[in-house]
Amino acid sequence: MTLLLFLAQTIRIAVPYLFAAAGGALAERAGIVSLSLEGFMLGGAFGAVIGAHYTDSAWIGVVSGVVAGLGLAGMHAVCTLRFKADQIVTGVAINLFAVGITRFLLQLAFDSSSNSPRVAGFGGENVGGALALASNPLVWLGVAVMPVLAFVVYRTTFGLRVRAVGEHPAAAASLGVPVNRVRYAAVLGSGALAALGGTYLALDQHQFTDSMTAGRGFIALAAVIFGRWDPMRAGVACLLFAAAETLQIRLQATQIIPSQFVAMIPYVLTIVAVAGVVGRSRSPAALGRTTE
Amino acid sequence: MRMTESRRAALEEALLPLAVALAVVLVVGDLLILAYGEAPGAVWRLLLDGTWGNAYGIGQVLYKATTLTCTGLAVALALRAGLFNIGAEGQLAAGGFGAAVMGLALPTGTPSLLAIGACVAAAALCGSAVGAVPGVLRARFGAHEVIVTIMMNFIVLALLNYVVAAKLHVPETLHTPALEAGTVGRVAATFPAFHGSALNWTIVLVAAAVVSVAWYLFRTRAGFELRAVGLQPDAAEYGGVSVSRTWIGAMALSGAIAGLGGVNFVLGYKGYYEDGFAGGAGFLGIVVALVGRNHPLGVVIAALFFATLSQGGLAINAMVPKQIVEVLQGIVILAIASSVPEVRRLVRKAAGARRADTGATS
Amino acid sequence: MTTPTAQIGPAPVVRMTGIQKHFGAVHANRSAEIEVAAGEIHALVGENGAGKSTLMKILSGMLPADGGRVEVGGRDVTGWSTTQAIVAGVGMVHQHFMLVPTLTVAENVVLGREPVNVGTFDRDRAIREVETLSKQSGLIVPAERLVADLSVGEAQRVEILKTLYRGARILLLDEPTAVLSPPEVTELWGVLRRVRDQGTTIILITHKLDEVMAVTERITVMRQGATVAQLATRETTPEGIARAMVGREVDLAIRDGQRVTREPGRTGTANGLIVSNLTVRGARVERAVNDVSFTVAPGEILGIAGVEGNGQTELLEAIAGLRRATSGRIQLGALDITAATVRERADAGLSHIPEDRHQRGLILDYSVADNLILGQQHRFTQRGVLDRHAIATNAAEQATRFDIRPANTTAKVRDLSGGNQQKVVIARELSRHFIVLLAAQPTRGVDVGAIEFIHDALRRARDAGKAILLVSAELREILTLSDRIAVMYGGRIVTVMPRSDASEAVLGPFMTGARKGSQADAA
Repeated sequence: MTLLLFLAQTIRIAVPYLFAAAGGALAERAGIVSLSLEGFMLGGAFGAVIGAHYTDSAWIGVVSGVVAGLGLAGMHAVCTLRFKADQIVTGVAINLFAVGITRFLLQLAFDSSSNSPRVAGFGGENVGGALALASNPLVWLGVAVMPVLAFVVYRTTFGLRVRAVGEHPAAAASLGVPVNRVRYAAVLGSGALAALGGTYLALDQHQFTDSMTAGRGFIALAAVIFGRWDPMRAGVACLLFAAAETLQIRLQATQIIPSQFVAMIPYVLTIVAVAGVVGRSRSPAALGRTTE
Repeated sequence: MRMTESRRAALEEALLPLAVALAVVLVVGDLLILAYGEAPGAVWRLLLDGTWGNAYGIGQVLYKATTLTCTGLAVALALRAGLFNIGAEGQLAAGGFGAAVMGLALPTGTPSLLAIGACVAAAALCGSAVGAVPGVLRARFGAHEVIVTIMMNFIVLALLNYVVAAKLHVPETLHTPALEAGTVGRVAATFPAFHGSALNWTIVLVAAAVVSVAWYLFRTRAGFELRAVGLQPDAAEYGGVSVSRTWIGAMALSGAIAGLGGVNFVLGYKGYYEDGFAGGAGFLGIVVALVGRNHPLGVVIAALFFATLSQGGLAINAMVPKQIVEVLQGIVILAIASSVPEVRRLVRKAAGARRADTGATS
Repeated sequence: MTTPTAQIGPAPVVRMTGIQKHFGAVHANRSAEIEVAAGEIHALVGENGAGKSTLMKILSGMLPADGGRVEVGGRDVTGWSTTQAIVAGVGMVHQHFMLVPTLTVAENVVLGREPVNVGTFDRDRAIREVETLSKQSGLIVPAERLVADLSVGEAQRVEILKTLYRGARILLLDEPTAVLSPPEVTELWGVLRRVRDQGTTIILITHKLDEVMAVTERITVMRQGATVAQLATRETTPEGIARAMVGREVDLAIRDGQRVTREPGRTGTANGLIVSNLTVRGARVERAVNDVSFTVAPGEILGIAGVEGNGQTELLEAIAGLRRATSGRIQLGALDITAATVRERADAGLSHIPEDRHQRGLILDYSVADNLILGQQHRFTQRGVLDRHAIATNAAEQATRFDIRPANTTAKVRDLSGGNQQKVVIARELSRHFIVLLAAQPTRGVDVGAIEFIHDALRRARDAGKAILLVSAELREILTLSDRIAVMYGGRIVTVMPRSDASEAVLGPFMTGARKGSQADAA
């Protein structure tokens, strides 16, 4: 039973990571740096709460959350692809903007600087634990997202083109592959996926709170890098990071390891991955290079 | 003739980001203010009154600009060496922490200047240590500094949070006890007009840092080599420069400058270290460097601009939510980042056309 | 059209007229034109920087022309896109391969036109189609292997297959032999003839006249961005083509080196370069330089001939201190510099004109004056501070002496022409104190006037008693300048001979690996 609870809690924590990391892997494979996953998630969370609040439907919340993520990703794509803005600077800006705009709209819509009213979510109010988890369609979607992404990246024409433009865009362009269109699609897809992660968070907590994503976008990015830009490995990394968090929560009472040290695990592992075990933890060759 | 033309082109290129920033702030700001149902004119007047309209406002803007100048200068210096330091946030926090620990360790009654010197050195050293790690990992293992600096931010902030929460905090708070020695005086103590503002003499230290960095970059051999590494590492290596040593040195120096920013808060304002004091100033440093075109003087101007926005947000909070400012910041960065490549292309083209016109004479 | 024009049939399959193209201040194509008949192998020749590649990139839709008209199959296609060009059957094989290293051969070939099976990428069919095409054309490639693992020759075959897969009827090849070994070159000609016989028109960009004579039917010659001649291969001679390329009478006899100007200075190696048993690791191969020994005496130019990619780059980088030697020894006279840093080598008297000035030799965004001290910045420094006055004085002096234009030394090097950029490098490396000079591709991509200037400068340095190691892909340059000539093949020096014994005919078999001399000759 404890094992089941442990697993359930790990998955619950992992779902937002899985969505966001899927988005990150997709965009980075196409050569676009994913520093803005955090912003996409936050936008998605807020969008979901707005949709769910005004319609009382969690499903509408999912739709509006994804729309918000698409909006932010669209800004990111236009700046980096149309105007050749630096991807890292743009990523930082999107994150700042997402924090600002959600706070502003929170004030505008709900007259609060901290949180929204309670909104609809998935699953009955009274079912707890693993059952609540199983009744949430977003959980199932989250568990399936990495295998699906792996299929898209490795088995579809779109995926082949994504890999080509992320590695050698000039070669792809010389064959008539519409490099920018592929990248737009990848960035928008990444925005939608990351926003689903934010949506899950907000609907799971039945509300939006200020800056509620709390760095999860960066953990997802760490998972992408730790997973060497491969969807399945990134998925495993998400589960690993989530398991560590679960363990920490379980052990909190005992105070064996300070929580801050557990929180560091994903970041330390990622540094180790890019520095130590490296050699093979190689990013897509054209990553970050949309500027001439 | 050509000198003045190329200077003019350079000036146009340097000033355009700021012009873009102002234009975007005005247009988007108007829309947001109207969305909230207020009159833009009145809000802007309030913003100006609350920042540059009185000594207190000016003091607050200068105080905020001091920190932003440090982080912006840190990012700019690393970028000159070709490295993207996203870790100024963590380096800033580490610097503040270092200053605080030194201040707590020094006995009461240590001569003020000596104590300040020790605290400032500790801040620079701590920031430098945090900055050097990604530099070393890049130079030795080819680990991308963007990834490492991002990750370092979280690690450093978590570590500091642990140390403060577990060992150093005053009960019920997340800050250390007040420092025994090393605090920097407020400007208001000398010029009472600034009364109430956090502006302190750290600003002089930071101004000196700006001048030093400019001198270092453009007048010394080390600066010549650092910029060469940033522009073309292969050519620098050919020119006898150790690229890896330059990278490590640039990151250490960058971290030290960011760490200096911690002095402003810890020694100059609160007199203690408080968890989370960096509050995004490190990330904003990226923007400051961008708008300032990686030039020390540009960094100062950009820092003043963003400090004005930030302080202005507080001033207008009575009429519209101060979050407007955060939205504007994001938009401004996007607009500048998007327009800079375009602007550079246009300026190049114009310069090329001028050269073609005068080609016969050269 | 100032020179004789070869007759062409009524309907050329490609006709480009009045093509203009600028890159910033550089005028790459000035009223360039070309007419190509269906089913021929057509040579587009010209010296480096003549605008050949630019013209072909415009034809293939990669670059828009600033002016002029492009017709393919009688249709006006001016300003078309790569996609449109591909659909119309125009395929280009670039000098630098356009392959995605992390994808397989089959994936690279079908990219952009992938076979689809119920909405997903049909990998099996891609492999089958590539294998079929491979058999038809005689271009044998391993369809399922990653491109990163291919040899250069295989990679080029993949490039050609890519165009054939798209049904190319007009095939553009940009300097295809630059990276190939001689047997691979022969094989390539076989493939091109076969493809031509199957009805494909081929345009071959090259500056190697033997290739032109060997496989082409007609020739378009470009010089400084303009078309200067259209010739029928059968009706012309290498001399005729060379005259058109250079724009004046060229004594190929001198270039081929029938006359010997000078015997090597045999003054010992006290101040020369001594390389003993040097082995250097390359990016892909363990022994890019394999147990190489040779000396360069003061007052002589040792030329290293060889097809590019046979270890010359690694050899020079190792001597210059930019790449670590696995084993062996490098000496400047008696001084062992094997483990010295770049700066220590420079201070010991090593000068280096690197093969890639854009990557290595210059900092493009630095001024001419700053570039003129690169590598010697410590000599223009007082207590860590740059001596701006000395830097400016030095710059003014060098700009005058080496005729660098414009004379304004505060201009960015990026804004200079290729020839003047190279003069900056030459000025810097020749004006300081040195005893040994490494000169790699010293005239690559510079105009004719600058070539002669640079050659004169190298000869003068030699006559002043410097030891010069010259590496060039241009065999003519090696023959023109060298006192002794070594040939590198497969990381080894396969022969060394005095200039008087050398000619293209003699060196050829060594460069192709067909003949091997004894390395003992080298010492």
